[in-house]
Amino acid sequence: MADDLFNSFMNGPDEKGRFGDFGGRFVSETLMPLILSLEEEYEKAKTDQSFWDQMNDLWKHYVGRPSPLYYAEGLTAHLGGAKIYLKRDELNHTGAHKINNVLGQILLARRMGKTRIIAETGAGQHGVATATVCAKFGLKCVVYMGAHDVERQAPNVFRMRLLGAEVVPVTSGRGTLKDAMNDALRDWVTNVRETFYCIGTVAGPHPYPAMVRDFQSIIGKEVRWQLAEQEGEGRLPDTVIAAIGGGSNAMGLFYPFLDDKDVRIIGVEAGGKGVNEKMEHCASLTGGRPGVLHGNRTYLLQDDDGQILEGYSISAGLDYPGIGPEHSWLHDTGRAEYVSITDAEALEAFQLSCKTEGIIPALEPCHALAHVTKIAPDLPADHIIVMNMCGRGDKDIFTVARHLGFDMSGPEGRVFE
Amino acid sequence: MSRIDAKFAKLKAEGKKAFVAYVMAGDPDYDTSLEIVKGLPAAGVDVIELGMPFTDPMADGPTIQLAGQRALEGGQTLDKTLQMVRELRKTDQETPVVMMGYYNPIYSRGVDTFLAQAQEAGIDGLIVVDLPPEEDEELCIPAQKAGLNFIRLATPTTDDKRLPKVLQNTSGFVYYVSITGITGAAEAQAGDVGPEVARIKSQTDLPVIVGFGIKTPEAAEQIASVADGAVVGSAIVKLVQEKRPVPDILAYVKSLADGAHRA
Repeated sequence: MADDLFNSFMNGPDEKGRFGDFGGRFVSETLMPLILSLEEEYEKAKTDQSFWDQMNDLWKHYVGRPSPLYYAEGLTAHLGGAKIYLKRDELNHTGAHKINNVLGQILLARRMGKTRIIAETGAGQHGVATATVCAKFGLKCVVYMGAHDVERQAPNVFRMRLLGAEVVPVTSGRGTLKDAMNDALRDWVTNVRETFYCIGTVAGPHPYPAMVRDFQSIIGKEVRWQLAEQEGEGRLPDTVIAAIGGGSNAMGLFYPFLDDKDVRIIGVEAGGKGVNEKMEHCASLTGGRPGVLHGNRTYLLQDDDGQILEGYSISAGLDYPGIGPEHSWLHDTGRAEYVSITDAEALEAFQLSCKTEGIIPALEPCHALAHVTKIAPDLPADHIIVMNMCGRGDKDIFTVARHLGFDMSGPEGRVFE
Repeated sequence: MSRIDAKFAKLKAEGKKAFVAYVMAGDPDYDTSLEIVKGLPAAGVDVIELGMPFTDPMADGPTIQLAGQRALEGGQTLDKTLQMVRELRKTDQETPVVMMGYYNPIYSRGVDTFLAQAQEAGIDGLIVVDLPPEEDEELCIPAQKAGLNFIRLATPTTDDKRLPKVLQNTSGFVYYVSITGITGAAEAQAGDVGPEVARIKSQTDLPVIVGFGIKTPEAAEQIASVADGAVVGSAIVKLVQEKRPVPDILAYVKSLADGAHRA
């Protein structure tokens, strides 16, 4: 692969914004001119050293990059197989990988002279990151969040409001991330001239999937040199693994390794209560089929008539019925493998991380960690797994407490059921 | 000559502007919806825009979103929407029917299968909101080849540089979206719309029909007077939402049609 540039997995998307048959620009005419000018602006910025100088400066001094690549000794010993490294993107400012991308998009918005930023958010991490960067640059910020998510992610809602953002609870549909994205698109169509839509994942119309991937690729690029530093020049991971909702942290980790054919790439979708007929999951690749939603063609959870289904996951950040189009393409070409992990397995991994590593993870990366616990024991000690710990768990402690039967208001702490 | 072309030729000969009514197929249920659709031609509707319900109507305001939800909850499917048109064609061979909606239900059915079924059912044209000219190969070109009109939306953000691209594969008529926004939101202003319609007409011979934000007979008259016709959707759908009797709904449609026809 790497020795054959014409067969590179890193050339996508094409000029129509396609990764194979996936991606594209399925938006209303009102938005089309803006999307074209965004693409133009991004192409200019991409080759503009001053843009990247500014990004690197902010990544270093504001976000705290590079995030550590940490050898998880306790976890490795506990599982008794592969050597496990965690990419600590949960240590970024605002507690997740989301800010990597937000900074890039907000700098672009400023270059385009946009004064108002809108965003959708599920778990609230992208909303918090967007509100944060808007506060820093003095931009008006409106965040659309499903009413159901507003309820289950209260700490992040308060954070966004503290940061000066307007949080709009979305009640259409089932009030989750998909519906928040619909309302953000409606806002954008209405206020298209002054508004920049800061999308939080590698989905949406071209150029968003490629642009967000490029901004998040800092994760995988750092892993390359950090692992070489710790394991010796030229040493690549044997397996890279990340959780997937829309798939931005995963694309960020995977992309720089796509042409390294010996690196096994695994994406972990939210299996909810199990990938079954009742669709109580968010595993678009495992349980969906190709369709068109939110500006791109990709795998979607849908019924026989092409109506979109609501996904389900314990993790608000994974609760989306689609997936970034590049993942659909990597899935169909076989370059990456995709598996699913249930709520219960993720909750077990959550506790394991706390106990063996002293790291309270977000529920999203717990899905990736749960899969690590499945494969690591059967792998040799010289097999290196790099997992993206893409978010910290502060926002999830209430959800986890409820599922584990803790009553946080009680003086005793634990209530046994 | 397509049914749409014939209708506009007839209107032109009579010196009349077109009135286009949008209703959601299957809202609030199949039977009521069919009764409304069948009554539209007699209420003065020149072109019927039949909404195909979709779970995620990103260009629509709350009124049409809720209509789609009611229809889906009432069991509306693509097959039933096609069946409604077949039923209409038993009593009306003249009024063009344009299906309006989003791409995924069509893509899910399969473009070739859908086009064959649509044509057999008696559908004349398609408006698919999330297919801009950049995606013409998906449905626009196959639809034209199959003999259906593909009606494109032009918007206030479609500048002169882009307009030829938008008009290139459009047929039947051009649908000018009067506002930047979603259906049923801000009110269309004839003063803003007039110059825009003129701008489009300078580049095409197709009729230019204006929709979004037209809510009253007076507004229909004002907008139609600066264009080739007016579309009303949300204001009609709202009456369905209020569970008004079908004759009342059709009477209101007639007042809107009369407004447009006065222009």
